[in-house]
Amino acid sequence: MQSNPGTAAGEASLSGVRVAYATGAAALVDVSLKLAPGEQVAVIGPSGAGKTTLLATLACAMRPVAGSVRVLGSDPWAQSAAALHALRRRLFLAPQQPPLPPRQRVVHAVLAGCLPQWSTWRALRSLIYPLDAEIARDALARFGLEDKLFLRCDKLSGGERQRVALARLIASNAELLLLDEPVSSLDPALAHSALEVLQVEASKRGATLVVSLHAVDLALARFGRIIGVRAGGVVFDLPRERVSDELLSDLYGTELNASLQALPGELAAVLRLSRCT
Amino acid sequence: MHVGVAPELRDPAWCGRVAVAVVFLVLLLPAGYLTEFNPATLWGETSLRALRQFLGSFFPPATSPEFLRLVMEAAWKTVAIATVGTAIAIAIALPAALAATRVLSISRIATGRMAMFPAVIRTGIRWLLIFLRSIPEIVWAMIFVRAVGLGDTAGVMAIGITYGGMLGKVYIEILESAENQSATVLLQNGAGRLQAFWYAALPVSLPELTSYTIYRWECAIRASVVMGFVGAGGLGQQMELSMKMLAGAEVLTMLLVFVALVWVADLVSALLRRALA
Repeated sequence: MQSNPGTAAGEASLSGVRVAYATGAAALVDVSLKLAPGEQVAVIGPSGAGKTTLLATLACAMRPVAGSVRVLGSDPWAQSAAALHALRRRLFLAPQQPPLPPRQRVVHAVLAGCLPQWSTWRALRSLIYPLDAEIARDALARFGLEDKLFLRCDKLSGGERQRVALARLIASNAELLLLDEPVSSLDPALAHSALEVLQVEASKRGATLVVSLHAVDLALARFGRIIGVRAGGVVFDLPRERVSDELLSDLYGTELNASLQALPGELAAVLRLSRCT
Repeated sequence: MHVGVAPELRDPAWCGRVAVAVVFLVLLLPAGYLTEFNPATLWGETSLRALRQFLGSFFPPATSPEFLRLVMEAAWKTVAIATVGTAIAIAIALPAALAATRVLSISRIATGRMAMFPAVIRTGIRWLLIFLRSIPEIVWAMIFVRAVGLGDTAGVMAIGITYGGMLGKVYIEILESAENQSATVLLQNGAGRLQAFWYAALPVSLPELTSYTIYRWECAIRASVVMGFVGAGGLGQQMELSMKMLAGAEVLTMLLVFVALVWVADLVSALLRRALA
């Protein structure tokens, strides 16, 4: 795909953004943030804080009811539907649940990452015979899954499915990468190595990478900039050195303490200990 | 059931379910009254005698070689009419379903609602499909027999048109009731509508689409027999001749061939479904 001259690759910003669900309830309230081209950011926060909505808003998949959005150098909601869709070709939003049809084979699930660059006919030809299997194989190899190339997606384990969905990102050439809990089904060691692959790829193509994570330790270990989200708002947006234990326990605080009180004392103590270590 | 239970344990769906059951019964009773349906008339002495006489003339089935050859030829023609008719129906239904289904709507991504123009197109297509299937195939067959003369073409056209309307409606419903996150994700990342169909919606729904299409093909075999009575070719036309000549033995042979045809169709359907599962 051509790179558009004059538009900053990977740049995105939100200012005073408010996003509402279809029911009218607010999902994001007055959110402002700026992502520089090539930046790598982790978003953390309790369940239901708005991490997913934040990523979807950056991906032009949810339209704010107030505030302004700039993605890849333009205002997505001020342009024609065709221009908006062209903008979407340059970004990659990965939902938490790997979006793989159970009966699809891995090779096509990965090559689906190339669809924005492909013509309609090229896409059909690839389904008839996967001439670009090499692209898929190489993308899978980064996650140690090259032997799964011609398996069906429903033959994979949960962790394998999640990595196949990430291999689709490698096959794409998007400049703004927005990943919702991309390593939630992986064990700690695999989670680290998968994030490593994604971060290396992002810096190789100069793409901006935003990752939401529920594992705080992983976020602090791998990302220089941490955004804490709670109740639809940004609580902090800091370099990791300045993310203190107090900030973290405030971020997760009340919900966690409230739910811990409902548990038997011993179990609650174990959970309290394992938090923020 | 409802009384004496703590308010928070009351099933909120209960009242609605009772209401639906009552409405259903209230509608069913007058319908039974209107058709004067009374199973006892079947077992009256006059009915039984007439039935015995009619069925008695069936035995033994006609087995003369030249008649069997005639029947096989007609049966083969019936299968051909059903198959070509179903192919035409698919050619009508698939593009209609692709244009009308919400799953492949790009405008719904950010807002949850389709834009005005596609919504109008979608409604128009639904009306067209209703028109195609609301006129029974036998009526289409009578029209086409006038237009193109006695023979198989009229049967093929009648099945193509009516079943196009039925398949289109059900294709839309299958696509919309299936998991559609995988298609949404591809559209969010800039894929085209057809690409999202081939790489997400189709693999998700393929077994259901195939299974329903095969079932319709089986129905088409039966329908083409009925249409034979108005001169639209195949086994039905043969059967009508035999009935007019009161050749009960020939009718029985053809009915047996008929059962065999439907049995084979069922077998093919089961095989295909197993292959796609």
